[in-house]
Amino acid sequence: MDLICPAGNLPALKTAVDQGASAVYVGFRDQTNARAFPGLNFTDSNLQQGVDYAHAHHSKVYIALNTYPDPAKIGHWQKAVDHAAELGADAIICADIGVLDYATRQHPDLPRHLSVQASATTHAALRYYRERFGIARAVMPRVLSLQQIERLCERNIVPIEVFAFGSLCIMVEGRCQLSSYVTGVSPNRHGVCSPAKFVRWDEEPDGVRSVRLNNVLIDRFQPNEPAGYPTVCKGRYEVGGEVFHALEEPTSLNTLELLPQLQAAGVAALKIEGRQRGLAYVGTVTRVWRQAIDRLEAHPDGWTPDPAWQRELSAHAEGHQTTLGPYHRSWH
Amino acid sequence: MKLSLGPLQYFWPREEVFKFYRQAVTWPLDTIYLGETVCSKRRELSTRDWIALAEELAASDCEIVLSSLALLEAESELSALTRLIENGRFQVEANDMSAVQLLRDRGLPFIGGPSLNVYNHVTLRLLCEDGLQRLVLGIEQGRALVEEFRASGEPLPELEVIAWGRLPLAYSARCYTARALDLPKDDCGFRCIEYPDGLALKTRNEQAFLTINCIQIQSSEHCDLAPEINELAAAGIGLLRLYPQTEGMEAIVTRFRQAIDSGIPPQRVGKENGYWHGCAGMDQVTPTSGQT
Repeated sequence: MDLICPAGNLPALKTAVDQGASAVYVGFRDQTNARAFPGLNFTDSNLQQGVDYAHAHHSKVYIALNTYPDPAKIGHWQKAVDHAAELGADAIICADIGVLDYATRQHPDLPRHLSVQASATTHAALRYYRERFGIARAVMPRVLSLQQIERLCERNIVPIEVFAFGSLCIMVEGRCQLSSYVTGVSPNRHGVCSPAKFVRWDEEPDGVRSVRLNNVLIDRFQPNEPAGYPTVCKGRYEVGGEVFHALEEPTSLNTLELLPQLQAAGVAALKIEGRQRGLAYVGTVTRVWRQAIDRLEAHPDGWTPDPAWQRELSAHAEGHQTTLGPYHRSWH
Repeated sequence: MKLSLGPLQYFWPREEVFKFYRQAVTWPLDTIYLGETVCSKRRELSTRDWIALAEELAASDCEIVLSSLALLEAESELSALTRLIENGRFQVEANDMSAVQLLRDRGLPFIGGPSLNVYNHVTLRLLCEDGLQRLVLGIEQGRALVEEFRASGEPLPELEVIAWGRLPLAYSARCYTARALDLPKDDCGFRCIEYPDGLALKTRNEQAFLTINCIQIQSSEHCDLAPEINELAAAGIGLLRLYPQTEGMEAIVTRFRQAIDSGIPPQRVGKENGYWHGCAGMDQVTPTSGQT
């Protein structure tokens, strides 16, 4: 199984490569990718250095071009596809049919991966993208159970990549307009969820901190209560007279204990979320998952997750909590 | 412009569904979309029942369309989708790419639903090659996108816009109704039948914010594009979609019909849809409601 790791900048890319990533996924510094955060992502020269570094160390670079361009802007996305090819990227990760079509025609030899943002959850949907655009791999939305992943792999339409670790989108990727509805800035179109410029923290006289997104109250925190980055889906709201995390708690996906099952299912690649995270996260998470995969491949029988691995991963999890997420039925 | 009744997004008892649609065919509608688009566990009506209802309603003058599920996960859901597509008579609204592929496999023309991601004219052209004949614009897409579609010079299919109802904002594998009731999804007891217009979610400062509807999250407010009726016509919108609700649906349909026929925009009774004006969906753009 390949290990696909995130990098928001050149040092993170080098760290991921050094710690054993099979491939690193990155984005340009604009709205063509789904982590279009200020200060994040790659300039041209950085990315060329990154590709050279990865290739010199037998690793690969995938470029995410996984947002949806408006008609007036599609030319910019097409240039980004050309650019990815010129830089020697090993694959591009796309969601938009228009972008995929352009890449298929202009750069047939540049492998195309279907982004999680395309929301393809069945073998029929995968067949569409394979027949139309010859996709070489598909990243599955974080909604399928382990059994559903197994079934999909059995169909053998395209190699399957699944999310293994990191912050958890609980809505089907590519089909969540919660942040867009509140701010007008859309993950699909602008590549950002819950943009920082719309976030406002206030401290009330009693020490309670409140956080708003474009003036909508997302949550309140007691003075000693840990508070993560506010997204609509991880706020606390009132439903039926009770206040709770009505959609999801601040928690991270961690599938480490499912590793043998994911391998047995025939999953081709495991993806680590977190291009917006720092060097320590990228380094630790890549190293732990590399060790776990290597040990599984060397000793497939009796593999168990090392408690030290889980401790290290939990330290980097959102809210220091982890979940098996949708892979486990009880999460649903 | 024509008027359509969008698919029922909530879970109603079987007899209520039949009663609602037998009345709906007497309202001044042009098109009725039928089918379960949110949760495959809802089985007050099976796929066969929906097709039978379509047959019954087709005796009226209304165009009848069968709508497919927005999020498919299991093989059984694909089998149900295949049955829907192979109904032999009615066009299907494809609400995900699985449906697009199964329709394309069979060379059947189809309608693209609002949960397909169609953001540009190239995507639209390819889907038209696949058989798309009408597109229901996604909720984020407003006047500017329609203008950009036209400016591209591509031949466009018929366009439909959500003009009344709560906006479908997100889909998940998780059932939020079951979560609110502290029930596992696999043993949910189909309790969303107790919330025929969804379950209200408020912020901690009592602001109405969202609506929980099983695995779907909707806006709290009903969007109302009736005051923009002339703008919609000028943009070349072919159909206005009204989403079903338990109370007052006939009056809502009639209000839109009168607005279309007279060309006089009515006062706004729901909320403005910021998306149509290129803003955030929940933004109120024009200072005074009812003006266009």
